[in-house]
Amino acid sequence: YWGLVFRHISPYMWASLGCALAIGLSVAGAAWGIFLTGSSLVGAAVKAPRITSKNLISVIFCEAAAIYGVITAIILQTKVEDVPIGSDGEWSVKILKAGYAVFGSGLCVGLSNLVCGICVGIVGSSCALADAQNSTLFVKILVIEIFGSALGLFGVIVAIIISASAVFK
Amino acid sequence: FFFSCFSLAVSASRADKVAMSWLSTTAEMALFNVKSGFLEAIVRGHKLGLLTTADYSNLSQCDSLEDIKLYLTGTDYGDYVQNLAAPLQTTALVESCTQKLVDDWAYLRENAGEPLGRFMDYCVYGHMIDNVVLIVMGTIHERDVNELLDKCHPLGLFDSLASLGVAQNVRDLYRLVLVDTPLAPYFSESNLASEDLDEINVEILRNTLYKSYLDDFAQFCKSLGGTTAEVMATTLAFQADRRALNITLNSIGTELTRDDRRRLYSNHGLLHPHGQAELAAADDFDSVRAAMERVPEYAGIFSRVGAGEAHALDKMLYDEEVRRAVNSFEQQFHFGIFHSYLALREQEIRNVMWISECIAQDQKGRILDGIVFTI
Repeated sequence: YWGLVFRHISPYMWASLGCALAIGLSVAGAAWGIFLTGSSLVGAAVKAPRITSKNLISVIFCEAAAIYGVITAIILQTKVEDVPIGSDGEWSVKILKAGYAVFGSGLCVGLSNLVCGICVGIVGSSCALADAQNSTLFVKILVIEIFGSALGLFGVIVAIIISASAVFK
Repeated sequence: FFFSCFSLAVSASRADKVAMSWLSTTAEMALFNVKSGFLEAIVRGHKLGLLTTADYSNLSQCDSLEDIKLYLTGTDYGDYVQNLAAPLQTTALVESCTQKLVDDWAYLRENAGEPLGRFMDYCVYGHMIDNVVLIVMGTIHERDVNELLDKCHPLGLFDSLASLGVAQNVRDLYRLVLVDTPLAPYFSESNLASEDLDEINVEILRNTLYKSYLDDFAQFCKSLGGTTAEVMATTLAFQADRRALNITLNSIGTELTRDDRRRLYSNHGLLHPHGQAELAAADDFDSVRAAMERVPEYAGIFSRVGAGEAHALDKMLYDEEVRRAVNSFEQQFHFGIFHSYLALREQEIRNVMWISECIAQDQKGRILDGIVFTI
């Protein structure tokens, strides 16, 4: 019965959802990370203004999560092509698969960038506070952030690979 | 996305178990900065400006109060001490340092959201209680109210403080003035006796108010949950135990009965309830020491105090308080650092006062005995 329901849901719904989630969730994660690190950075810079220029790197790492989402969303939406429903009222398997692939790809990059953004944000906030106390700590904590932002990269790579198999025509 | 936000928010509000789930830990970290991230960073910046060991050793080599003032203009206190007129008094120096604390605290309090604002209010109720007792004691000794207002701690001022002089007994005190202040809930039937105010009653009043306040504060922190609850639980437990110790030591040999003494001890802390029972029965310093040494945390402090040296205990307790305050800065995303900052700043002001007094009275050899390093 469920198979019947899913077969009749338009794959274009899934595809559109995928594009939306790709950019929506990624930007949400990036924004979350930026406010986490930004509020600590602004406060710590009152006493130790020297930390501002170096700690903008944390903000840039969060921003990268959003950029991954934009790239993926653009790639995904170019994949979507208009193919009419088959003569028997059923979508062909190829089109269904393509719809699901676009959805999966978007969800993949969206969720991974969401948590990557939060991660980099929390670490970035601690980095700003630690740097204000002792400037030798900055580079060491930056390494942690680099590993954190690699998570978003994994999401993009897998999303691109999935979307490569999404062929509507 | 909405689901993850929702689940984080729900677990943030449920983070009152001691062992938090990973979800509530993440939630606390991810949502704390919304309201309090900026202020936390400001407080950590203030902590950067506390006087270091090097500063204290330089200060102890000063020869006069003018030198001290000159040195302090190069620290965070610069703006506040540089306009002090000669001839310099210790009280003027200490007042200007306290003014810096008051201004910092006012800035933080203005910008604080809830529940941080309420937490910060709780931090200063102790000073309010001290001010109330100061005015009432002064009125008993027939001092001028305005003089007394000058001596009050600025962090504990409230509007109706000056009108405390009119009260004749505790019930009037409560009914006329204190019912409108945040101290109102700390009065209960047991201490609203209509006896006239005299020295002993006022001391007992101070201690019962403080007990209710500490219990209330502990309850509030517990309801906040998360790291704040953890950090403040240990801090306030130490405060409660310390007050129990001081009450015991001060009431040995006085008319305070054991039951009365017991009633002044808080309802939390490592000594509650068994250690407190032993303390209530103690009659001299050695039995107090025996009671305290049963608690592993305090055994260390007491082992460093020689037999019969009750006066060195004060410094040990301040040491311990400062140590705990500094340790609370190791964790991020909790309100405990605000309370700790207050404690550290006040200790620093006490240090400056001690150093100034030693130098003014030409007793430089005793400087190191009295200061507690806050870094």
